[in-house]
Amino acid sequence: MKKIMIDHVTRIEGHARITIKLDDAGQVTDAQFHVTQIRGFEKFVEGRPYYEMPSITSRICGICPVSHELASSKACDAIMAVRIPDAAVKLRELLHCAQFVQSHALSFFHLSAPDLLLGMDSDPVKRNIVGLLEEHPDALRDGIALRKFGQQVIERLAKERIHPSWVVPGGVNVPLDPQAREKTLAEWPVAMAIVKRTLALWKRTLDGFPNEIESFSNFPTMYCGLVGPDGSLRLYDGNLRFVDPDGAIVADQVKPDDYATYIGEASLPDSYLKAPYYKPVGYPDGMYRVGPLARLNVADRCGTPEADAELEEYRGRLGRIVQSGFHYHYARLIEAMYALERMQELLDDPAILGTKVRAHADVNNLDGTGVIEAPRGTLIHHYKVDDNGAITWANLIVATGHNNLAISRGILQVAKRFVDGNRIQEGALNRVSAVIRAYDPCLSCSSHALGIVPMVLELRGPDGQLLDEVG
Amino acid sequence: MTEKVKIRIDGEVIAASAGQTILEVARANNKYIPALCYMEGLSAVGACRLCMVEVSGVGRLLPACTTPVQEGLAVATSSPQLQSYRKITLELLLVERNHVCAVCVSSGHCELQALAQDHGVTHVRYPYNYPRLTVDTTHPRYVLDHNRCVLCSRCVRTCAEIEGAHVWDIAGRGIRSRLVSELQRPWGEATTCTSCGKCVQACPTGAMAEKGWGVEEMTKKRAAVSRLTSMREGQ
Repeated sequence: MKKIMIDHVTRIEGHARITIKLDDAGQVTDAQFHVTQIRGFEKFVEGRPYYEMPSITSRICGICPVSHELASSKACDAIMAVRIPDAAVKLRELLHCAQFVQSHALSFFHLSAPDLLLGMDSDPVKRNIVGLLEEHPDALRDGIALRKFGQQVIERLAKERIHPSWVVPGGVNVPLDPQAREKTLAEWPVAMAIVKRTLALWKRTLDGFPNEIESFSNFPTMYCGLVGPDGSLRLYDGNLRFVDPDGAIVADQVKPDDYATYIGEASLPDSYLKAPYYKPVGYPDGMYRVGPLARLNVADRCGTPEADAELEEYRGRLGRIVQSGFHYHYARLIEAMYALERMQELLDDPAILGTKVRAHADVNNLDGTGVIEAPRGTLIHHYKVDDNGAITWANLIVATGHNNLAISRGILQVAKRFVDGNRIQEGALNRVSAVIRAYDPCLSCSSHALGIVPMVLELRGPDGQLLDEVG
Repeated sequence: MTEKVKIRIDGEVIAASAGQTILEVARANNKYIPALCYMEGLSAVGACRLCMVEVSGVGRLLPACTTPVQEGLAVATSSPQLQSYRKITLELLLVERNHVCAVCVSSGHCELQALAQDHGVTHVRYPYNYPRLTVDTTHPRYVLDHNRCVLCSRCVRTCAEIEGAHVWDIAGRGIRSRLVSELQRPWGEATTCTSCGKCVQACPTGAMAEKGWGVEEMTKKRAAVSRLTSMREGQ
C-alpha cells in the first residue's frame, strides 16, 4: 500500500473523500463520493422555539447564511400563517440577489478560476489565487471586487456580512435606509461591468476545454428549480418545476408544501450526505440536478433583458438542455448577471422603501415549509412545531444533497476518462476535484474562506485493497 | 435619624449611612463593583459571587451586595486577585450551561455577555458542562430557556417582592438547581402567574424572553422594574 500526501488547498467547501474502484485490468469500475462529517442540525434544533430557526440554521454555512436564513424564515412565515409585507418581500429578494452575486463570484473566481484560467494541468503549487494574481491580475481583481460588492450590499441591508440577523419570521426587522439604496445603485454599474467582462472572457475561453466539457458530469439527468407563474427563473419565490433529461416538464408549479410528494431521500451506507431523488421515478434512476445549470435548463427564460440575451446565446451555443456539468460555470455567470439586474429592478421600485416590513403572529400552523433557490441550488427547510411553537421535527434538503447522485456519477465519468491503470496522476486528481468544484458543493456548509480541507482520493482494487491514496 | 459612617473604598474616604451595603455605597459614589444577581429594588442574596471584595482585617472575601457598612471599614474592589477571581467566576458561569451568544435573543443586551467582555474573557479554561436542558415554551407570551439561566434568582425575587405572586423558585441543589414555576408546573399552566412579564424584564440574560424575537432583538426594561420599588417607597 502506498500513500502520497499532497499538501495543497483543494478549493472545496467541506470535507469529502472519494473512492475509485478498479477491476483486474486496472480499469475504473465505480466511484463513490463520501461526505465525512455529520452536523446534526435537524436533531439538535428539536425543542427550540421556531422563531430562533433562521439564526440557528444560518450557522450551517458561512458562505450562504443568507440562503438558510431566508428559507428558514419562509418556513416560519408558514408556521405563523402570515403574508409578509410587500416591502419585506422585496428586501429579502434584494438581499438574496446580493448573496448570489457574492457567492457566484467566490465560486467562479476564488475557487474555480485557478483551474479554468491557469489550466487543469498547471503547476499545482501555483494553481491557486496567488498564481492567479501573477497570471491574470485583472480577472482576480474583478473577482474580489464583485464579491466585495455583494458582501457590502448584504452588510448595508442587514448590518453584518456573515450571519446577519435582519431577516426574521414575518419579514425583516429594519426598513431599507434610502442612503443604502443610493450607494448600492451608485456602485452597481461597476459590478455589472465586471460580470459582462467575465462572461466575455469565459465565452472566449470555453473552447479550450473540449475534453472537460465532454467528460465533466456530461450525462442526461432530470433537473429541478424554482420558476415563476410564467415559467421564468426565480431565486427567492416561486414553485418547483422538474424537467426530464430531454427538457420535457414532468412536474410544474409544485408548491413548497408538496415537495415530499416529488422528492424522496435515500440514506447511503458510506456517506453522511443523503441522496434525494425524484420520487415518481424512484431511487436511483430519479437522479436530478439543481443549481445554475439546472435552473437555466428548467426555466423558460430569465426575465431580465441582459440575462435573457446571454441565455439565448448560451442556448444557441450549447442547446436548450445543457447536460455537461462543466457548464455550471457559464450558467453561474449568467445568473450573476440576472441577480444584478433584479437588484436594480428592486432598488428602482419606490415600494422597497416601505416602512411596514414585519408581520407579527403566533403559531397558526403546526407545519411549515420554506423553499428558495440558494446559489448552489434548491434549498428546502421544513419544520413541525407543537402548539407552543417548539420544534418537534425538522428536515433540511440542501443543494449539494440534491446533486449528490450526479456528483458521484460525474466523478465516475471523469475517473474513467482520466484515471489510468493503478496509479493516480496529479492531473487526474485535479480533474476529479474540478468536476466537484463545478457543482460548487457546500459540503460542510460551514467554511467561509478558501477551504483548507484535504480531499482524500482512494484507489481500490477489485478486492477492496487500497492501491493508492492521494490527500 | 440614620447614623452616618465613614468608610474607605479603594483608599477614598466616603460618607455612608449605617444599614447601606458596600455595593450600594460604591454605586452611589461611582465606584465599579461588578454584580449579576444584584438588582436595585430587590433584596440582595449574594448568589453570583461577582461582587466579592476585600475588607481589611477580614481574612476572607465578602460579597459587597450583602455586607453592611460600618465605621472605619476599608474596602478594596479591584485588586489583581479579585480580578482573577471574577474572571474565573464568569468562566464557570459560562461553562455550566449552554450559553451560545451567536443565536441568543439577548446577544448585545446581555449582562453576562457584557461582564465577560469587560473582564477580558476571550475564552474559557474549563471544560464545558453541556447539560441537556429544556426550553419551557408553554407560556403564550414568554419563554424560559434553562440553557441560558445563571440562577441569579432575580426573577424569583421580582415575582415575590414586587408582583407579589411568587410563581418562581429554585429547586434542587448545587449543579442540579433549576428555576421552577409553581412547584414544577409548566409556566403556561401556572395559576398564580399574572403574565406581567416583570421576571422577563429583570432577567440578566436571554433565559427569559418575550416570544417571537429573533437574535439580538430582546432588550429589557430592568430600570423600569427597579423603579417600581422606589416609587412605592415614596408613597
